[in-house]
Amino acid sequence: MIRVENLHKHYGAVHALDGLNMTVEAGSVFGFLGPNGAGKTTTLRILTGLARGTSGRASVAGVDLRSDGRRLSRRIGYLPEEATFYPWMTPREFLDYLGRLHGLSAAERSRQTRELLDLVHLAEAERRRIGGFSRGMRQRLGLAAALVHNPDVLLLDEPVSALDPAGRKEMLETIEDLRGHCTVLMSSHILADVERVCNVVGIIAKGRMIVQSPREALMERYAKPVFEAEAADAASASRWADRLKVQPWIAAISVDGAAVRVTVTDILRARKEILSSAVAQEVTLRRYEEVRPSLEDVFLQLTGKEAAL
Amino acid sequence: MNFVTALRKELMEQWRTKRVLVVAAVLIAFGLASPLLAKFTPELLKSIPDMPPGLADLIPAPSLADAVGQYIKNMSQFGILLAVLMSMGAVAQEKERGTAAMLLTHPLSRLTFLLAKFAALGSMFAISLAAAALGCWYYTLLLFEALAWGSFLALNGLMLLVFLVYIAVTLLCSTLARTQGAAAGLAFAALVLVAGIGSLPRIGEFFPGQLFSWGGEIALGSEAASWPALWVSLGMIIISLAAAWFIFRRQEL
Repeated sequence: MIRVENLHKHYGAVHALDGLNMTVEAGSVFGFLGPNGAGKTTTLRILTGLARGTSGRASVAGVDLRSDGRRLSRRIGYLPEEATFYPWMTPREFLDYLGRLHGLSAAERSRQTRELLDLVHLAEAERRRIGGFSRGMRQRLGLAAALVHNPDVLLLDEPVSALDPAGRKEMLETIEDLRGHCTVLMSSHILADVERVCNVVGIIAKGRMIVQSPREALMERYAKPVFEAEAADAASASRWADRLKVQPWIAAISVDGAAVRVTVTDILRARKEILSSAVAQEVTLRRYEEVRPSLEDVFLQLTGKEAAL
Repeated sequence: MNFVTALRKELMEQWRTKRVLVVAAVLIAFGLASPLLAKFTPELLKSIPDMPPGLADLIPAPSLADAVGQYIKNMSQFGILLAVLMSMGAVAQEKERGTAAMLLTHPLSRLTFLLAKFAALGSMFAISLAAAALGCWYYTLLLFEALAWGSFLALNGLMLLVFLVYIAVTLLCSTLARTQGAAAGLAFAALVLVAGIGSLPRIGEFFPGQLFSWGGEIALGSEAASWPALWVSLGMIIISLAAAWFIFRRQEL
């Protein structure tokens, strides 16, 4: 549904995209991850036609981005990181305006507006001026605006970054519900959100795709076992960590006060030796557990590697 | 079809943000004030105390030509200033706020986006100028004599054309600029440039400002014509809009 081949975008000497390759299959919810400045927003702006690549090819829903922009705009919905509107309009008027641009009939516009405002929980504010909306409300209206014409592809740039926890949960549920109905490409820096709703994940750094894979396969391939422990005091935690980090089966170890987080390469040895090491060092543990590695661990591992290259 | 939708939105914006009321109020005020000033300025001058004997007799009696001249003077200053002020943020503000990016991912071409803005601004000035002209014509009738409808209409048509030139040039500046502040700077520079070149002898006869003089002569019954200035004005509108579109379609939002 989305194909990007060797896409470059240069701003003078800065290479925002440096040969990006990406494929998003129809019906998937694709989590587009990367550190700040990695090229996520640039990619999305190119895919919407708001910016042009310096070289390379890209197509969305079968529409080559170098061809007719009007055809593209009928197939995509776009929510920018900060959705902006005319402050003098009401949500109902704005959605009606977009519906008119898409050639919807009056009955379709009316039905679509009502359903979308219900979907994003703005039905009660439908006659209020958008100028008085909070950032979260504007973001939710932005999602409704992106869906007004039932697009084949939805491009979301940090869709939940402005929302409170409850709003975030609702928005993520809405995005999750779209799986199978349309293809979603969602950029985010909140890894837990991506882990929750996306079935495919792509990680970008320095304008290049480092890895792209179904989420489960990615976790299986890259996630290393992690153990977390909390010592009675920071000094003993630090002393224990110094002893542990020389072990060959340790991939990484971090200490934050009395909390120790250990990433390992050999889980069987780790299970045997971490606790015995604590006993040998006379470290009193308040908490000790083997935790499920998160997407964040994979992200940090992969983007860290990229930074070191 | 989308042009009508975009124009509808622009007109609604002018109404909701009260811009149309501001433009109408200013132009109507000057339309009404023009014949009044022409009529009573000599009276006011004559009533100055301690005026040297005989000086009052040198002040000419107010005439229809004074009323028309005052109307042209007011409109050529405040009308043009309003045209620049109302148009300078039209595109730059939408780019700066991000609303242009929100809208232009929907089926709205950049050409339609620009033309709708030009048409809405032109309509706002046409309606406001019509109301101002009506007021001026009525007060001129009360204080002097009736102006011929046809020739007064021609004067206002030419005035509107000058306003449209400044709207188109300012839209081009607004398209060139990334921010409203930069658009304002460019627009006022363009205003000074066009007005400055227009005031040069010989060259000025081909510039939009000449249309005010031509309109004044038509209103007072003269048959003089300044067709080159008319063609140049139409050309400036077309070239400005085409340049704005050419630049806007290549801009990244």
